[in-house]
Amino acid sequence: MQIKNVTRSEKLHKLALTIFSAILVICVAIGLMISVSFLPVRDAELIEIVSTQLPASGVSHPVTAVLLNFRGYDTLLEMAVLLLALIGTWSLAPLDVQADDTRHSPGEMLDSLTRLLTPIIVLVAGYLLWAGAHAPGGAFQAGALLASLGVMIQLTGWKLPIELTGIYLRFIHVCGLVVFLLVAASGWFNSAPFFSLPPDLAGILILLIETFAMLSIGLTLATLFLLGRPHSTP
Amino acid sequence: MTIAILYASTGIGLFSLGLYALIVLTHLLRKLLAINVMSCGVFLVLAGLAAHTPNAIVDPIPHAMVITGIVVAIAATALGLSILLRIHALTGRVHLPGVDEQFDD
Amino acid sequence: METTLTPILLDYLLASLLTLVAALSLFSHNLFRAIILYIIFGLLLGFTWIRLDAPDIALAEIAIGAGLTGALLLSAWAVLARKDKSPCKSKM
Repeated sequence: MQIKNVTRSEKLHKLALTIFSAILVICVAIGLMISVSFLPVRDAELIEIVSTQLPASGVSHPVTAVLLNFRGYDTLLEMAVLLLALIGTWSLAPLDVQADDTRHSPGEMLDSLTRLLTPIIVLVAGYLLWAGAHAPGGAFQAGALLASLGVMIQLTGWKLPIELTGIYLRFIHVCGLVVFLLVAASGWFNSAPFFSLPPDLAGILILLIETFAMLSIGLTLATLFLLGRPHSTP
Repeated sequence: MTIAILYASTGIGLFSLGLYALIVLTHLLRKLLAINVMSCGVFLVLAGLAAHTPNAIVDPIPHAMVITGIVVAIAATALGLSILLRIHALTGRVHLPGVDEQFDD
Repeated sequence: METTLTPILLDYLLASLLTLVAALSLFSHNLFRAIILYIIFGLLLGFTWIRLDAPDIALAEIAIGAGLTGALLLSAWAVLARKDKSPCKSKM
């Protein structure tokens, strides 16, 4: 621990800052607690609307229906937020420094564990995607599993071949958002408002959106783990 | 106190704890940790209030909001970490300028 | 929500444990220990989502909130620790 010569006024300044922010935070906490305890028990109106419209939404799990059909606009914007974070991370990385390569080899346990877990994780992610229609699951959970697989593979030192890191990588990054936008805009062909899924096709459309969203989310989160640019020049 | 209000209060407590740590701590990585704890507190309040319904039926709409929030939080954390690494590469320090360190790094 | 099978004491214990682990993580002196405690906090939070009848959030939280965020933070910490240890700066 570095010991610097701290003057007395700096110590008093820091103490005053600590006490003042503690008082401020305690006031905020008390205010929030009072407002939460005075909240009335909510009426179940929105819940009833969701459960009555659930058969028309194409899936039978309410959270998936809310995520991808009733409030699908939020999910669309969320995938755009993921892409924005990726763009920001890539803009900040200096162009000539690669993301830090670890020079040492990964070790037996990580190596064999990754080899063992890769097909299992792919299988479980596919199951979660399918099961999202009627049980807890869905695109985000499956995408997160794929991202963890990507992180594990990166930690063993395996790198993508350079031919694949150009246009193909970026294609999978944006395919989730693009497919979502296309499906949402397809409502215009039936002269329906933007982002309305026809009830007879809704199940298949949601599965389509979820598949590409899973790939996109998984790859984007795994690429964010690099905290730099991917290996693009030989 | 029902379970829902208990967890909502825990969420408020976590939010305040994270807010205090965000103001007081000077290491930038710890500030990112504090922001993450604050967002976890907000998610607890959302999901706790979702359970605060008659007949113990769970409201699915705040659940969807929390899932969206978790993904947005990790995107923001990743962006913040890359900003942090860039600051460290350019200036060599990870503390706020002009403040001496409080804890070990 | 079943309140007959599981005692209410579990919820009080879980809530206080959450606050304790978060406080330990934020105010610990060692940065590595703070990150590991944050991962533990994420796992406990996953258990809390189960208690609140939210299995979707639990899946997402454990995979993204605890797992991926922890891996990101540890990776950044390793870069910081490595650059502080080596005397030569990387090419800028």
